[in-house]
Amino acid sequence: MYPICSPMPPAADSLSGSVEHVAASPHARRIPGEAGIWVFIFGDMLVFSLFFLTFVYYRGQDPELFHRSQGALNQVLGALNTVLMLTSSWCVATGVALARRGWHRAVARCFGLAFLCGLGFVVIKYFEYSEKIHAGVTLTTNDFFMYYYMFTGIHLMHVLIGMGVLAFMTRYAAAGGIDARKMVHIESGASFWHVVDLLWIVLFALLYLLG
Amino acid sequence: MTMVAALFRTRITAVWCLLILATIASWEFGHGVGFTDLRHAGLAVIVVSFVKVRFVVLDFMELRHAPPAMRWAVEAWAVIVCAALCGLYWWRPVLG
Repeated sequence: MYPICSPMPPAADSLSGSVEHVAASPHARRIPGEAGIWVFIFGDMLVFSLFFLTFVYYRGQDPELFHRSQGALNQVLGALNTVLMLTSSWCVATGVALARRGWHRAVARCFGLAFLCGLGFVVIKYFEYSEKIHAGVTLTTNDFFMYYYMFTGIHLMHVLIGMGVLAFMTRYAAAGGIDARKMVHIESGASFWHVVDLLWIVLFALLYLLG
Repeated sequence: MTMVAALFRTRITAVWCLLILATIASWEFGHGVGFTDLRHAGLAVIVVSFVKVRFVVLDFMELRHAPPAMRWAVEAWAVIVCAALCGLYWWRPVLG
């Protein structure tokens, strides 16, 4: 048994050992991960912003149809997936904090758990899509379901890519030797996973809950 | 046990709890709880989702300690997109 954790510091404080120089003080201003990943993340957020705006615009053109179609969605499965996404993000954020302490096996466990949450999300999505397709509801049923399949499908691709990143990060962390360079890679992967969570939060609200 | 307990006494965990509570609140709003007008409930659902986004950005993505320009750019993005969504939802403009 290895020590799991001591009380976690916010963001970048209480660093130890070889990763100490990643952030020199608790309130040091710094960009987590590599700057390049943020270009991708911000680009992704802008693209999804257009998706959100497009959806709400066309919803306004035919609110009755969108309201009726939304009623056919399985809100419980959508909510379960939200809990899985939020929990996976908690695992990843905790893993990053533990990585700063150099506790590589605990970090690997956190990322492994996040991967399992991602897997749960995919399985639930599979059942959700199956349920709809068996009921004859497809991409061409109406505008609501066209957006539903397109946006959740693109998001699902992000989840699958993110799971690949998490699988890599689990092995990467388990190998130990978390130094400043490894820390940057870990933070980059974590930031990508968080954006997958962030996008789902808005998709869930717009597609499943907006009355 | 103390170590495990310590794992859960963190800001990250507090934020996770808040996000779950906000999800429950959104669920209730989405079912019209607390509102007589469903459209007000819809606005609440949009706003709560962006409050959640802000916590994910600042605490999970750690932009709370990012350079100010980066932090404020993301905060501005959240406010602008949230306001635009609320406007489109409320006024249902016909463009083009």
